[in-house]
Amino acid sequence: MSAGKNLHPGINLGHSDPAGHHQAEPVMFGFWIFLMSDLVLFALLLATYSAMSVHGVAGGPEPRDVTDLASAGIETALLLLSSFTIGMASLANKYHDDGRRLLQWLGLTAVLGIGFLAMEARDFASLIAEGAVPQRSGFLSAHFTLLGCHALHVAAGLLWMAVLVLQLMATGLERALRLRFMRLALFWHMLDIVWVAILTFVFLYGAAG
Amino acid sequence: MSEELLYWLAGDLRWSDFPPKADMIATIAALIVVAGAIGVVATLTIARRWRWLFDNWLSSLDHKKIGIMYMVLAFVMLLRAVIEAVLMRIQQALSVNAQGVVSADHFAQLFSTHGTIMIFFVAMPFISGLINYVMPLQIGARDLTFPFMNAVGLWLSAAGAAILMASLVIGEFSTGGWSGYPPFTELAYSPGEGVDYWIWAVTLSSIGTTLTGINFATTIYKERCEGMHLFRMPLFCWTSLCTAILMIFAMPPLTVATALLALDRYAGFHFFTNGAGGNMMNYANLFWLFGHPEVYILILPAFGVWSEVISTFSGKRLYGYASMVFAVMCIAVLSFTVWLHHFFTMGQSTNVNAVFGIATMLIGIPTGVKVYDWLLTMYRGRIRLTAPMLFAMTFLLCFVIGGLTGIILANPPVDFQVHNSLFLVAHFHNMLIPGTLFGMIAGYMFWFPKAFGFRLDERWGRIAWACWSGGFLAAFMPLYWLGLMGMMRRTAISFEAAYQPWLNAAWAGAALIVCGIVALGIQLVVSVRRRSDLAVPVGDPWDGHSLEWWTPAPPPEYNFARRPRIEDTEAFTNAKRDGRAYHAPPSYEDIEVPRNTLIPAGIGAAGFVCAFALSWHIWWAALLGLAAMWAGVVLRSLQGDTERVIPAAEVQRQNEAWLDCARQTAPVTRFAEVERINRGRAMETT
Repeated sequence: MSAGKNLHPGINLGHSDPAGHHQAEPVMFGFWIFLMSDLVLFALLLATYSAMSVHGVAGGPEPRDVTDLASAGIETALLLLSSFTIGMASLANKYHDDGRRLLQWLGLTAVLGIGFLAMEARDFASLIAEGAVPQRSGFLSAHFTLLGCHALHVAAGLLWMAVLVLQLMATGLERALRLRFMRLALFWHMLDIVWVAILTFVFLYGAAG
Repeated sequence: MSEELLYWLAGDLRWSDFPPKADMIATIAALIVVAGAIGVVATLTIARRWRWLFDNWLSSLDHKKIGIMYMVLAFVMLLRAVIEAVLMRIQQALSVNAQGVVSADHFAQLFSTHGTIMIFFVAMPFISGLINYVMPLQIGARDLTFPFMNAVGLWLSAAGAAILMASLVIGEFSTGGWSGYPPFTELAYSPGEGVDYWIWAVTLSSIGTTLTGINFATTIYKERCEGMHLFRMPLFCWTSLCTAILMIFAMPPLTVATALLALDRYAGFHFFTNGAGGNMMNYANLFWLFGHPEVYILILPAFGVWSEVISTFSGKRLYGYASMVFAVMCIAVLSFTVWLHHFFTMGQSTNVNAVFGIATMLIGIPTGVKVYDWLLTMYRGRIRLTAPMLFAMTFLLCFVIGGLTGIILANPPVDFQVHNSLFLVAHFHNMLIPGTLFGMIAGYMFWFPKAFGFRLDERWGRIAWACWSGGFLAAFMPLYWLGLMGMMRRTAISFEAAYQPWLNAAWAGAALIVCGIVALGIQLVVSVRRRSDLAVPVGDPWDGHSLEWWTPAPPPEYNFARRPRIEDTEAFTNAKRDGRAYHAPPSYEDIEVPRNTLIPAGIGAAGFVCAFALSWHIWWAALLGLAAMWAGVVLRSLQGDTERVIPAAEVQRQNEAWLDCARQTAPVTRFAEVERINRGRAMETT
């Protein structure tokens, strides 16, 4: 960049390896832009949901009927905790060279993520068992699509994590790999933010309405 | 074979979906596609060019080659879309109180493919190609930030285009128009593969474009050379940046719209269906939330081209640079606030319509600023009427007319009268042909010498300009009148004799446009034959201002032997004036360039397989295609050594050969730039 300043630092190499730090910058910046684009996608699904949850019920179950706050609470706890553990993984990624600590925190994150997905699958299964299938109404279509899209993102994050972990075991913690772990962490945090929006608009509003 | 097993293996695909088709014209079209494909394969085999093609092009991650491949894709698809346009004009001219030449269903496929191709597979690849080629050179970069992702974007777009071509041969395309409005495009009214083809072709292009937009924005923000402050960038870079931002924000709505429509069609969801809570207005909002910014994605890069062309061929600095930048940014922001004017008639309150109508008219202000800036750039300039500049003249004239009709349409009461009539068709063609398409043609002619090392033949360029301009006016001005007479768009048969003369004129105009395309083809052939006469190895045939002209033609893979350092927008002009344009740098260094890889082309091919299989419900192949796409991505992450080093000595050898060539070449004045003596070294005349 023209000014030669690192406004979006990559890995913690500013002092020891300025060139590496500089190279990391556009990569991380580009990923932020991707996240922005992905957030637009979720924003639109949320907007679709909010329209459908009012106008698309079609005599079927209403938001109140499909809201299980206890389940949503556990899911939220799992996902927020996983954000904390991946935050710890990021610190390990930044300050430790052997990758062992990173692996431990990632393992914990994966367990929490899988727990989240399992809870969500359970929610879906119980809705389907009650006959509240997405084909029932526009509202349920939107409900399943919004939550399903988020769950797909979480699953994709887990797959991504698995690929990176395999690479870590094969090559050790190289610089390129560190940058990938950083991006994975950003992605994971974004999914958390999306979940907070979902929790608010789908579950809390749903239970209140 | 049992019906079930057949479905498992081949989905809904049956022999009867292959040619010959029910209708003669469709059969001929399918045969042309097949013959074209066989012709390409045969030519490559006979000329023994397969290896060359794979090594130099298909596997390349060089932004310049990717740019050229985008342009080739755009030109091929342009041919098809224009043939379809001519067929539609013939149909309408021959179907006043008569049957015409094609069935109503075939006509509907024609306008659907014409629109889809023109927007997604002509204009978009043209834009991505031009930005890909020019923008990194203009900001003094070696490549885009993400060369691999760039190639993936190209091949996803190509896969979408291939789906369109496949639909001409196998089965049928959608009849729902380029915007694919439900409930018509829902399963209940459009069973079969047509709408599915449309959904997946558009989705591939949309994902590819999102990736491309991210890449362009990151590159402009992060890869500028030393001294290249944002406000020193050439205007084309500014318009590229705005386009990239629009791509990042406007493509997800399209992806969501097509994905939700796909869920309705494949899984029985109720987003846009009639009944069960579905609401097609959601689709209209989502689609135009993409569709309106898309209009500016298409036009802004052309504005950038016009700024470069008009400034260069007027021999003047661009007038009102800062106002141009602010105008572009205003347009980019406002483009997100007007989507509702695409459906004024669809039931919202008067106040809502008024707000969006006013917002729409506001866009006329920054656009007007730009038009005045271009005019004032020419004022007292030393204007040379080369072919790109002639296109710019047509643009300025026609774009103002088109803009004014846009302001007329922005009035909700007027819109209610002419909604969905040919007046609207005339309006948006009036913006997109002289604006975008002429801009792309002018850009192609302007930067062609940079990319290939020789100029295009000027005489045939002017003939092409005359045919395109005359053809455009003859083909589309009558449509305004027809629209006011009440003729609706997408009409296969009409019953009003008064339409006839105007339809005939429009038909003649379409024929003239075909002549324009032929002239472009002849221009290319003639120029390739005369390439040694037209060669401009020094690389600055038009006395250019910006950094891309400060490289050999064609530029080396790494663009710049030493990345430049600039102090002003017109750094190259200053260097020429001070007589230091062709001085050797003090030292050279090793340069890393990305190694070639076939993975992006593989991802594109897998995307094609996935989209095709989804359209025909061949589930195993769809899964395989999807898995292969992601396998490609994972495979890439395992590739360790992705860069290749070009040693400093080699860079020095190439650069000094170019500098020697430049020093030995006689400088030529601007007014002799179309003469044979122009070898690409411009003389600074002021």
